[in-house]
Amino acid sequence: MLNRFMQSRLRGLMVLALILIILPAFLGNPFHYELVIQMAIIAATVVGLNLLVGFAGQISLGHAGFFGLGAYFTGIATGTYGWSSVPALVVGAIAVGIIAWVVGRPILRLKGHYLSMATLAVGFIIAIILNNERAITGGPDGMPVPALDLFGWELSTFGQYSLFGLDISGVQAWYILVSVVLLLAVWFAQNLIESPIGRALRSVKGSEVAASVVGVDTAKYKSLVFVISAIYASIMGGLYAHFQGFITPAVASFEFSILFITMVVLGGMGSTLGVILGAVVLKLLPQVLADFQELETVMFGLILMLTMIFMPKGLLPTITAIVSKRMRKKAGGEA
Amino acid sequence: MLAEFLQYLFTGITIGATYALIALGFTLIYNASHVINFAQGEFLMIGGMATVSLTAMGVPMVFAVVLAVILAGVLGIALQRFAIAPAKQADVVTLIIITIGASIFIRGIAQMVWGKQYHVMQNFSTNEPIQVFGAVLNSQSLWVLGVGAVMVVALVLFFTKTLIGKAILATSMNKEAARLVGIRTQMVLMLAFMVSALLGSVAGIVVAPITFTSYDIGIILGLKGFVAAAIGGLGSGVGAVVGGLTLGIVEAMTAGYISSDYKDAVAFSMILLVLFFMPRGLFGAKVVERV
Repeated sequence: MLNRFMQSRLRGLMVLALILIILPAFLGNPFHYELVIQMAIIAATVVGLNLLVGFAGQISLGHAGFFGLGAYFTGIATGTYGWSSVPALVVGAIAVGIIAWVVGRPILRLKGHYLSMATLAVGFIIAIILNNERAITGGPDGMPVPALDLFGWELSTFGQYSLFGLDISGVQAWYILVSVVLLLAVWFAQNLIESPIGRALRSVKGSEVAASVVGVDTAKYKSLVFVISAIYASIMGGLYAHFQGFITPAVASFEFSILFITMVVLGGMGSTLGVILGAVVLKLLPQVLADFQELETVMFGLILMLTMIFMPKGLLPTITAIVSKRMRKKAGGEA
Repeated sequence: MLAEFLQYLFTGITIGATYALIALGFTLIYNASHVINFAQGEFLMIGGMATVSLTAMGVPMVFAVVLAVILAGVLGIALQRFAIAPAKQADVVTLIIITIGASIFIRGIAQMVWGKQYHVMQNFSTNEPIQVFGAVLNSQSLWVLGVGAVMVVALVLFFTKTLIGKAILATSMNKEAARLVGIRTQMVLMLAFMVSALLGSVAGIVVAPITFTSYDIGIILGLKGFVAAAIGGLGSGVGAVVGGLTLGIVEAMTAGYISSDYKDAVAFSMILLVLFFMPRGLFGAKVVERV
């Protein structure tokens, strides 16, 4: 009974929920919370990117472009035009989805390195526009973003709130919010993967020609997953803008795009929990390496190279493979 | 009017020649191993920075250049031997991340050794600009064009006249068959990375007096080179040269006549346009996918 439950697709979600519930016991100060909240926001973004990269087998080196568009849409709508957050996030997601669909149709015909080039170009163009349209975006200096308001209830990182009689701080409230959002992101992704759409996507990854021969409209499904992953990025970008309270075009930069795709590959393409682990590791690494000061960049590059050379399948799939091999050996020995 | 146009054209051709050399480096490695080397720009940086610091230590210019080029070549071999070769059967994305890791690593070392500030290199010959129909031509531009042309001719001769060059071509066409006729393909791959690094570092050295140099110039120059290679069609030598020059000229014209703020957007809009209509670039080979 328990075994069958563990095999189900909810297993990953349960493990994640458990971690998110236990984690606050280890978070000592607001700085820890901030780090974990940023991690969760970015993790949800890469869960969306993983649908495109890990399941449909398409590369995107420009995903921060959509993240940045979402962040700036929210920032401008709430800050300059006084919208409240929820409509800003929703309309932003729709707008970014449409943009992704328009550019995705022609781009996704490309393959391999040409696709990586084209997505890289889209990301760069978005970043350059955000940098140069100073009147709207504040240019390279960035722009302030008001606190998140949920149906008239303002959620500021500096606020004090009470939940079921418990006093919680602003960062703790944010922690609860992003935890729920991350779980929703994972839940949606897992359901999508198990749906007919997910099967169609995996067939595209396996062999695009074979998929189209058996009647899968490969162009349609590729565009669809591209749009979905862009919407993930847009919503998370909007939340990120609210949480940080200040955004610069760096959120749409090439470096950020590379960070996203690296999280996917490092954690384990096609593994939802894996890419979350990738996000956690790559977000923690600079904190750990900060002690090395001058050596920080060198160490980062070295670790990146070594992990990818020796664990080309990514952290989580490699670890699971080793663990299950050990278990099987043990089980075999006992029998 | 004419002077203005000529001015932009000179600027465009000069920077375009640099892009062409970087694109050739990409092409070479792509042909030999089907890897897109995101660390290509770092070879330029190493070339320029090493030359600047060696001359500052009192090494004569010629020796400084030779040493810098050798350093880059060794780096190219090391990159293939220690980062690419061990990853053998990895995915396209995984290989991209490995080369990105390598470029961060190299940049990190450069930052430790040379610091974060900009470095200035003297023109090779006179600082006196040359007047052509009212336009001003930096004498260093002639060096860039001349050296670029020599490199292209040398590459053509290398691939058509020498045994080693032909071995690289053979490996790029069919690795298994090349091994069967006795070509040591691992050596050939290292060689391809080395030649690519040499090309990059030479480009980095000749262009340094114009653009200045710092530890992080490799990122954007490398990407522009990748754009140039993709415009021309990955794997095509002619394409790399045409792509590089076209990109340089269009960029300079946009900066001059339209807006210098959007100069960097030109490269990326251009590559999208080209790929929309020609998914394999201008000179890319038609590939039939085998199922």
